[in-house]
Amino acid sequence: MGDAPLRVLVVDDEAPARRRLRELLDDCAAALPLAVVGEAASGREALDLLHAVNADLVLTDIHMPEMDGIEFARHALKLPQPPVVIFTTAHDEHALQAFEVNAVDYLMKPVRVQRLLAALEKVPRLKPVSATRLDQLPTSARRFLSVTERSRVVLVPVDDIVYLKAELKYITIRTPQREHLLEESLTKLEEEFGPRFVRVHRNCLVARAFIRGFERRVGDEGDAHWEVLLKDVPETLPVSRRQQSIVREMGREAR
Amino acid sequence: MHAGNGIPPIIGQNIIAPALPDFRNLGTVLRIVLAVNWLAAAAALVREPQIDLWAAQWLELTATVEPHLIIQIAALYALAPWLARQSNATGAWVVAALTVAVGLGVHALVASQIPQPPLALLRHLVFALGVYAVLLWYFGLRAKALSPAIAEARLQALQARIRPHFLFNSINAVLSLVRSDPKQAETALLDMADLFRVLMRENRELVPLADEIALCRQYLALEKLRLTDRLQIEWHLNSMPGDAMVPPLVLQPLLENAIYHGIEPSSAPGVVSINIFYKGGEVHAILRNPYQADGGRHHAGNKMALANIRERLELHFDAEGSLESRVRESAYEVHVRMPYRSMASRTAQEKAADGPDGRRKPERDKAPPGVPVRPEGPPLADGSAGASHG
Repeated sequence: MGDAPLRVLVVDDEAPARRRLRELLDDCAAALPLAVVGEAASGREALDLLHAVNADLVLTDIHMPEMDGIEFARHALKLPQPPVVIFTTAHDEHALQAFEVNAVDYLMKPVRVQRLLAALEKVPRLKPVSATRLDQLPTSARRFLSVTERSRVVLVPVDDIVYLKAELKYITIRTPQREHLLEESLTKLEEEFGPRFVRVHRNCLVARAFIRGFERRVGDEGDAHWEVLLKDVPETLPVSRRQQSIVREMGREAR
Repeated sequence: MHAGNGIPPIIGQNIIAPALPDFRNLGTVLRIVLAVNWLAAAAALVREPQIDLWAAQWLELTATVEPHLIIQIAALYALAPWLARQSNATGAWVVAALTVAVGLGVHALVASQIPQPPLALLRHLVFALGVYAVLLWYFGLRAKALSPAIAEARLQALQARIRPHFLFNSINAVLSLVRSDPKQAETALLDMADLFRVLMRENRELVPLADEIALCRQYLALEKLRLTDRLQIEWHLNSMPGDAMVPPLVLQPLLENAIYHGIEPSSAPGVVSINIFYKGGEVHAILRNPYQADGGRHHAGNKMALANIRERLELHFDAEGSLESRVRESAYEVHVRMPYRSMASRTAQEKAADGPDGRRKPERDKAPPGVPVRPEGPPLADGSAGASHG
């Protein structure tokens, strides 16, 4: 990186907290060349910003509306040049233990200038924290799934997902508008999102909110099975023999 | 009598309940009515063990028991403020005398209508005094169970529970002001000092509602500092009785919840509204905040805070205080109901609680200056009241 100034992005939902970090970064600028390239009030805003400006380091709060800091770090890994992420937090006993165990960097708010400077000096030698280590941090289910399309990170709101279908190496995400390809494991997604989705087939999770009903179909060889009818999309999905109990279960809920 | 004598109060002078209960409390009245009727039913069973004749026996008993009970409860209700000012021993003897007097009166009345067997008056008086002794013993026991050690420790533990999250974020917000706006930083630190002074003291005694509101305003000023425009506050205090005595920190934790669950999870501005009014001898506080459907991650904390306040309302007001929460039209609403007790009637009760020998701490001899002495009067509007947007 040489003598190029360190490019820093500041993310926090509280304006005073952002102002305070900027003041401290100004103090550090005398000892270490750096430039604040922007500020964002949520993880989502930060991701948008990172498509426009490059940052070497993102200082992000953990608890934020729309998208928290940990989810942001997971999506940011998919950027062409992922930044180093250091978390800032006021108080989070449980989370911090996990941070220590997984060697994820964090700063306690209020931040001391010496601590900040020490953290900044390490950044050029650091690599972004891997997805596997981020997965170990305690966090609620993601609000978005992210896919890389033409070197941009596209966020798909989990609320918009009709179904997730595993096909060979990829998972197809179906929203009312279009399809996206995702490289993750269906089992892990099922664990993360719990009751939001229901497994209708070995390779398919359907959002309960998008299930319109079920229909009995008879195949060419006379064997009958159930199909899931969906809201907002024309196609139907087969229910496997092993998952047939959900037809009765969901049918009762619908009534 | 003996309840309250002999055993020194474990903590402080001002125990929560005197040995004689508050006869205007609904919970007390219910307990008395239930106890008397159960004991009457039991007495009937003792006199007539044959179950088919028992009902008739019981009916005969109630003919004298119920009039006595109703008249005595009415008399105690009327005398309650005066009784509260007496020492425990005097109060207990007065109630005993009242029991005998009402017993004599009711017996004379009943005997004029229905001929009574010999010794009926004696039996009636023995039964009435026996029930009275049992109840006095029970209320003394209950007062002891509720006031010292256990309940105190529980209250203390329950109260000092401001979120560390709030403390550190607020300090951080104040730090951000130190360089750019030292004056505002100063105000914020003073607000914080006041808030923590209240949070850390022994919060056992009731405080004027106006004080609790002042504390809430300081707390909200700090939250406003860090959340800026995301936090909108609406006050509706036009008919708030500022002199009502309420448990300390009865509203502030509810506001903290409202902000933590209703404002912080959203980046859009949200309104927290506080509506406090007097109605039919009661003080009502209704707090509303936007309901965040997926703010579900910390609901356990919310429930704990509500349970804490509910428990404290019960300790202070028994059945006359309550807390209910519900989701209504995309808003989360908490409704606190407390009996209206002004500072004046409260000092009278404290006096009674100070013990039978009349020894009292000197500073409590004077009622606080400027407090209107109107135990059941109409509410006083808070001077700073009015709907205002913060």
